[in-house]
Amino acid sequence: MKKLGFLLQKEFRQILRDRIILAMIFAMPTIQLIILPLAANFEVKDIKVVVVDHDHSTLTQRMLGKLGAGGYFRITGAVSSYAEALRYVERNEADVVMEIPADFERNLVREGRQQVSLSIDAINGARASIGGAYLNYIITEFSQGTDLDVARAAHPAAAGTPVINVTYNTWYNPREQYKYYMVPGIFVLLLTLIGGFMSALNIVKEKEIGTIEQINVTPIRKWEFISGKLIPFWIMGLIIFTIGLLVAYVVYGIVSVGPLWLLYLFAAVYLVALLGFGLLISTYSASQVQAMFLAFFFMMIFMLMSGLFTATESMPAWARTISALTPVTHFVKVIRMVMLKGSGFADVRWEFCYEIAFAVVLNAWAVFNYRKTS
Amino acid sequence: MEAVVLDGITKTYAGGKVLAVDNVSLTVKPGELFGLIGPDGAGKTSIFRVLTTLLQADKGSATVQGLDVVKDYQRIRQILGYMPGKFSLYQDLTVEENLHFFATLFGTTIEANYGIIREIYEQLKPFKDRRAGKLSGGMKQKLALCCALIHKPEVLFLDEPTTGVDVVSRREFWDMLARLKSMGITILVSTPYMDEASLCERIALIQAGRIMQIDAPEQIVRSYPVRLYAAKADDIYGLLKDMRENPAVESCYAFGEYLHLTMKSETADAIMALEGFARERGHTGITVKEIAPGIEDTFIRLMNQKTQ
Repeated sequence: MKKLGFLLQKEFRQILRDRIILAMIFAMPTIQLIILPLAANFEVKDIKVVVVDHDHSTLTQRMLGKLGAGGYFRITGAVSSYAEALRYVERNEADVVMEIPADFERNLVREGRQQVSLSIDAINGARASIGGAYLNYIITEFSQGTDLDVARAAHPAAAGTPVINVTYNTWYNPREQYKYYMVPGIFVLLLTLIGGFMSALNIVKEKEIGTIEQINVTPIRKWEFISGKLIPFWIMGLIIFTIGLLVAYVVYGIVSVGPLWLLYLFAAVYLVALLGFGLLISTYSASQVQAMFLAFFFMMIFMLMSGLFTATESMPAWARTISALTPVTHFVKVIRMVMLKGSGFADVRWEFCYEIAFAVVLNAWAVFNYRKTS
Repeated sequence: MEAVVLDGITKTYAGGKVLAVDNVSLTVKPGELFGLIGPDGAGKTSIFRVLTTLLQADKGSATVQGLDVVKDYQRIRQILGYMPGKFSLYQDLTVEENLHFFATLFGTTIEANYGIIREIYEQLKPFKDRRAGKLSGGMKQKLALCCALIHKPEVLFLDEPTTGVDVVSRREFWDMLARLKSMGITILVSTPYMDEASLCERIALIQAGRIMQIDAPEQIVRSYPVRLYAAKADDIYGLLKDMRENPAVESCYAFGEYLHLTMKSETADAIMALEGFARERGHTGITVKEIAPGIEDTFIRLMNQKTQ
């Protein structure tokens, strides 16, 4: 036990002596929390529309005016043919081509219905579908609000059609701001980087430099050496987590709705699981470069499949299975539930069991493999 | 009780494809300064790693101070000091921190065993707050020796401690080893430098994982079975080629500014015969003399016998 104390003393001395690591401990949570929620924003804004108006009536003028007023759309051009409009899209100056047929106003008044053609650049799938839906919504609203009197007067039958009006309420994030979605996710990112990367690299560094040889000929026990490596990063992870919570409060005014102790409990267990993962990586690699690549490979998969950026529910079944097999997924879910919904322990007890299982399995595997290889 | 015993140790790598140590047996007496002499890749480091409990041999057994390297590895680690060939201390810790750290791992302090490292550490003291990575080569080596000694080991293993060290530091280092030996520490040292062999009490000549001879350096030199001649001419390379064509010459190799030669049969006029042969081939500035063989001559002779 006393020897473990000396090992910890040495580790902290080395970590604190490394200026870059020290700077990163404070810079990483602050900068990531400030930049990422603003940058990683899925709101679709500033969709460029090019209009091919064959009608040139007052009605189409009003419709286009309404389109531009919403703030989501910017009319970047008005041309006379579809082919010309497509060139705008090719030059990346427009996302949507809206074509209004000739005699649009006259036919609408006469028949009560008219068609508008929308061609959407779908290279960015999300932007295309969300933007298209917005545009549809605005046109529908326009046609209902403005022209109902004319159209219905001409066709009384249409007035009798029952209309189901859907209204909705957004809970837990009433203004649908992405920062509430992203900030808890970034806590996960921070802890994952500390737990997964730093521990793996640190242990492999000892292998690479050869200091592990010198340690191995001393009477020090394996568990003492491993604990001496993992505990400092566990503590650092919790410090970074705390800094992250403070930054979230100061910059965004986000305070956890659920109990703080529950967040810390999960963070503590999650870190143990990730440190075990880092240790496991280090047992399989002989150099820091190998460890980097291995860790990076798994981290990318963990991150992209964890539901940090895209909802796991919309993944195919096989992807959901893989996603459930990473510790990151459960932690992302819990931290959002606790911070935003205020879930209590009872709501997340199963996730807690998962995290415990990950911590036990990863560490046991790592320690077993560590014995075998040295 | 012998300090170190190796009995039929065999070690292979790459699943048995590479034979590193081939059935090696040797003993080191308590308080002895024993040298493993051999070129790079002879298996010296593998033998060290088996003895320092870092590596398990495929076959054979080994003991250090009577303790088995496999069964009693925990107890062996308390009593051995190991200095690997590659500098492997923490470069980002200072001289003093490194020493303090290794002392604590053995449950001791710098003060408790200061006597044993005093002479070496005094030279390091002016740099005690410098990071180990910033030391010169000779200083690093002294620090590594201090760290290997700080727990007062009974047996000291030094793997090629003088490789890459300048001539003055090498001599200093061997003086330090002599002092440590006088304190009663058994020392097993490996080196690729034949000239260092004579500084050991006993040596083992090792080549391609096999021990060729074990004895005191003087004995090994004395056991050289034939007369050895040195020859020189203005065109030394031409002379080497010509001498190898001489049917009376058994072996001929370059050794510094001379060629070393042995004859197939001992004759009283060997010097005259060699001189005459060289003159016949048109060499100038010829010198031929009989010399006393060194360790390297023995090594080369044994090596040639093995390969034939």
